[in-house]
This record gives sequence, structure tokens and C-alpha cells, in this order.
Amino acid sequence: MKPFDYRTATDMGTAVAEVSGRPDARFVAGGTNLVDHLKLGVAEPDLLVDITAVTSAAVEDRDGGLWIGAGVRNSDLAADRRVRERYPVLAQALLSGASGQLRNMATTGGNPLQRTRCVYFQDVTTPCNKRVPGSGCSAIGGYTRYHAILGASEHCVATHPSDMAVALSALDAKVHVLTPEGERSFPFVDLHRLPGEKPDQDTRLQHGDLITAIELPPSPFAQQSRYRKVRDRASYAFALVSVAAALDVADGIVRDVRIALGGVAHTPWRAYKAEQVLRGQPAEVASYRLAADAEMADARALDGIDGGNGFKIPLVTRTLVATLRDLT
Amino acid sequence: MPEITVRANGHARRVAVDTRSTLLDVLREQLGDTSPKKGCDHGQCGACTVLLSGRRVLSCLTLAVSCDDAEVTTAAGVSHAVQQAFVDHDAFQCGYCTPGQICSAVGMLDEFADGWPSHVTPDLTAAPELTDDEMAERMSGNLCRCGAYANIVPALRQAAGGPG
Ligand SMILES: Cc1cc2nc3c(=O)[nH]c(=O)nc-3n(C[C@H](O)[C@H](O)[C@H](O)COP(=O)(O)OP(=O)(O)OC[C@H]3O[C@@H](n4cnc5c(N)ncnc54)[C@H](O)[C@@H]3O)c2cc1C
Ligand code: SF4
Ligand code: FES
Ligand code: FES
Repeated sequence: MKPFDYRTATDMGTAVAEVSGRPDARFVAGGTNLVDHLKLGVAEPDLLVDITAVTSAAVEDRDGGLWIGAGVRNSDLAADRRVRERYPVLAQALLSGASGQLRNMATTGGNPLQRTRCVYFQDVTTPCNKRVPGSGCSAIGGYTRYHAILGASEHCVATHPSDMAVALSALDAKVHVLTPEGERSFPFVDLHRLPGEKPDQDTRLQHGDLITAIELPPSPFAQQSRYRKVRDRASYAFALVSVAAALDVADGIVRDVRIALGGVAHTPWRAYKAEQVLRGQPAEVASYRLAADAEMADARALDGIDGGNGFKIPLVTRTLVATLRDLT
Repeated sequence: MPEITVRANGHARRVAVDTRSTLLDVLREQLGDTSPKKGCDHGQCGACTVLLSGRRVLSCLTLAVSCDDAEVTTAAGVSHAVQQAFVDHDAFQCGYCTPGQICSAVGMLDEFADGWPSHVTPDLTAAPELTDDEMAERMSGNLCRCGAYANIVPALRQAAGGPG
């Protein structure tokens, strides 16, 4: 591990100035992803600015929704009464991730910014365009079980590993960011980007931009929401695929719906096509199948030494249908 | 090297630490407390679990330099019904995972007492019940290579005050 300086941030503005002014400086929050990357040699910062003392650790009621400070730990957020009652999909997504110990460390700001679990990205001896731009992608034709079926490029086929981020995408959450130019906010679904020709960039944040909070808008039907995760073992494993959904049914007809998929793309994948197909349709399995088919029409399986990841396409369809059925 | 005060198991010690050192390495190599174990060093096994300000965390992913003045409790400093329960139920074989299991169990029982739900809690808005499924899920961050799980669950049941 390369030596680095460590500073405890005194306030958020100074933290942003310190990191944005130094290309190899990084924020550290719970450290559950970054400290691992220091050990693996995937990250080699020369300065860590610890933001845990200056980011808010409070969940506040605001404008009918919830305002979640970037310093709120994943475990505290999942245990929050208001989240459990009003946004169950978020509590379930958080509780399905990692372990009790890790959730006590992981933060609201750090979780969406965790990097891919692509084995080649984490192994500095193999080519990887995300880690070393232009070096190639070892996953193409390699080990593909955890890789993308939607929105991938010839440069990178990695998936985003966060469960929480899938729920936030379905809930129309907003991200609040402090930049060297000041505060701004934008839809959570715009935080992450597809790999295209620049897989080294996971998000639209600039170096030194600090997530200060995540905002959940009021949603009368988020109460009818659910997260379903399919994985290789029953606990303490990343998703092969996952579905976050919220459903509003009146008189047997789907009035409104939100769907996001995990484990399928470089971003949490908001399933706009499936949502569009479902609105106004009978709330029944046949409609859910049509919706899943519409979303999966663009899916492309990867070939790989492990037999490829074509299994994910029917798996998404079945998981989506099952999640909506549970909500009906 | 920065100097920090580590309050481990009730004793405050001033130590100079490399910014790269984890809490796990400082506890073991500089403070001589070998009860937290290094299983994987990557957050994947739970052998290094300690209580930091009373909450269970992984010391292998915690930078020591971030723990200035924090209260750390390792298995060597735990005094809790969970320990006798592990002995009574033979809840280990080689014992390597055990200190992590003990710290994790103490943290888990506190979380349960605070009404925290888990992934297997059927109703998120109701108070959870500490069933065997709940204990297995809540302890899933602690792997046991010897497979002592079948005895760990009854030990936890006893420690939680249920039928052992
Ligand atoms: C064994 C294991 C299993 C796991 N399983 C799962 C799982 O099943 N599901 C899941 O979703 N996750 C899982 N995780 C990942 C875990 O949830 C993330 O590592 C964690 O949420 C990251 O949060 P953190 O606060 O620790 O981030 P850190 O490691 O501190 O930071 C991560 C990144 O975000 C940046 N950052 C942090 N906070 C901010 C901020 N406020 N503004 C700007 N940048 C910031 C840091 O600079 C760094 O680049 C697992 C992790 C491990 C080790
Ligand atoms: S899929 Fe992306 S992260 Fe994985 S090896 Fe290819 S470029 Fe790297
Ligand atoms: S040594 Fe820390 S989790 Fe394995
Ligand atoms: S008792 Fe041997 S690893 Fe658990």
C-alpha cells in the first residue's frame, strides 16, 4: 500500500476544497469499499479526507418526504421507523446488502459510490478499462456471471453492485451535492452513467464533489413497495439480479408503478419501458410478463468461460413478475 | 506518524500509527490483543469483528487513525452471557472464528433489543422475534470454517434468554 496523509474534515466546504484541489485525494466515509481498494492496490490516494464527522447523520422529515444525511449509516437507515413504514423497498434493499457489521459502517453517501465487484477490476494483474483506461476488458469472454445484460459497451460490461441504489432509483430520490462552485441537486437516476467509451467514470460527479444528502420525495404509493434479490447464497452475497418495485393499483388496474433493476447494468437500471407498458393494464401476471418482456427486449447476454450470463434474462423476467405479484 | 489514543477494553493507550494500519493490525501488533482474528482482511468473514462505541464493526476495514479516542471492545474485553452459552453448547471447534462470533453476537443482541429488523423479518413495521432464522441471518457476516453453526444458534438462543 502506498503511503498517504489522513485528515479529519473540519467542515464540508473545506473537505471539498481539499479534495477537489488535489487529484489523488479522496473522501473516506465508512471505508468498507475504499479501505479494501487500498489493500488491493485498486486505489492509490495520497490523501484521505475523513468526512464522517462533518456529514449529517440525521434522517429528517422535510416537505412530506425524508432527507437523509450522507453520514447516516446503512443500518440506522434500515431501522428508521419512517423508512420501514413509508419506503419499505429501501429498508429491504439495505437489509439485503452486506452484513450486520458492514451495514453499521457503510454510509448513505458511500454506498451509491461503491465501485463494481467485477473480479478483474479488483485484480490489478489483469487488464481492465475501468481501472486502467485503454488496457482492455478481461470480462468480455471471461467470467461473466455478475456482469451486465443491459447498456454495456465494448469497453466495459461491469454492473453496479449496490442494493440501496436500486431502491433509490425506483423511489425517484434526489441527490444533494456540494461542489467547489456551490450546492446543487439532481435526480438520483442521473448520478450513475453507462460505461460507453469512459468506463473509468462511474458517475457524473466531478472529482471533489461531495454528496451531502439523499432526498426521498413524498410518495403515497411507496408504502406498497418491495425489494427482491436473487443471489448465489441466501445472505451476505451480492445480487445476481434484483428488483425494486412500487405499485399503485385501483379497481384491479395499475394506476402507477416504479421499477428498477439491479445486477444488470453499469447503473441501477430504471425500467421505464416496463413501467410504461404496465400503466393502465390489469394488475395481473400476464401484464407483468409483458412488461418484463418489453424491458428485456434490449437485453444482450455475454459469452464467457463460465457459460455466459444468458440465464439473467429469464431470471429478471421471473423476479420482476414475482415482485409485482407479491405487491398485488 | 500520527499519534492516537485507543481506548481498548477500558484501558487508554497512546500509540503512534501508520495511516495505512487497520484497527485490527494495531490491536494485534501494537497493543498485543490477539483476540480479534485476521481471516480474510477484506470484510468477507467477520473474524475481526470488534465493538466500536458499542456497535459491531469489522476492524480489518477500519483505519486505526480514524479511531482516536473511540471506545473499542474486543472479545478479550467482553463479559456477557454469550460466552458461557458458547461453552455450554460447544459452539466452536478450532475456535478461530469465535472471538468475532462473540463480539458480533453481543452487537446483534443489542440491535435486536433496539427493535432493528433484518432481511428475514416478515413484517417490517412489527417488533421482530428472535427465531433461529433471524439469528442465522443476523449472524451471516460471521463465517465458521468448521461449520459450528448448528451449535452457535442454540448458544445464541440461550444467551438471548430463550430455551438453550
Ligand atoms: C464482503 C462485502 C459484502 C458486501 N455486500 C454488499 C451487498 O450485498 N450489497 C451492497 O449494496 N453492498 C455490499 N457491500 C458494499 C458496501 O455496501 C459498500 O462498501 C458501502 O456501502 C460503501 O459505503 P462506505 O461509507 O463504507 O464507503 P467508503 O468505502 O468510505 O467510500 C466509497 C467511495 O465513495 C466515496 N465517498 C464516500 N462518501 C462520499 C460522499 N459523501 N460524497 C462523495 N464521495 C463519497 C469515497 O471516496 C470512495 O470512493 C459489501 C461489502 C463487502 C466488503
Ligand atoms: S467489465 Fe469493466 S470493470 Fe470488469 S474488466 Fe471489463 S472494463 Fe474492467
Ligand atoms: S478479517 Fe475482517 S472480515 Fe475477515
Ligand atoms: S470454530 Fe473453527 S472456524 Fe469457527
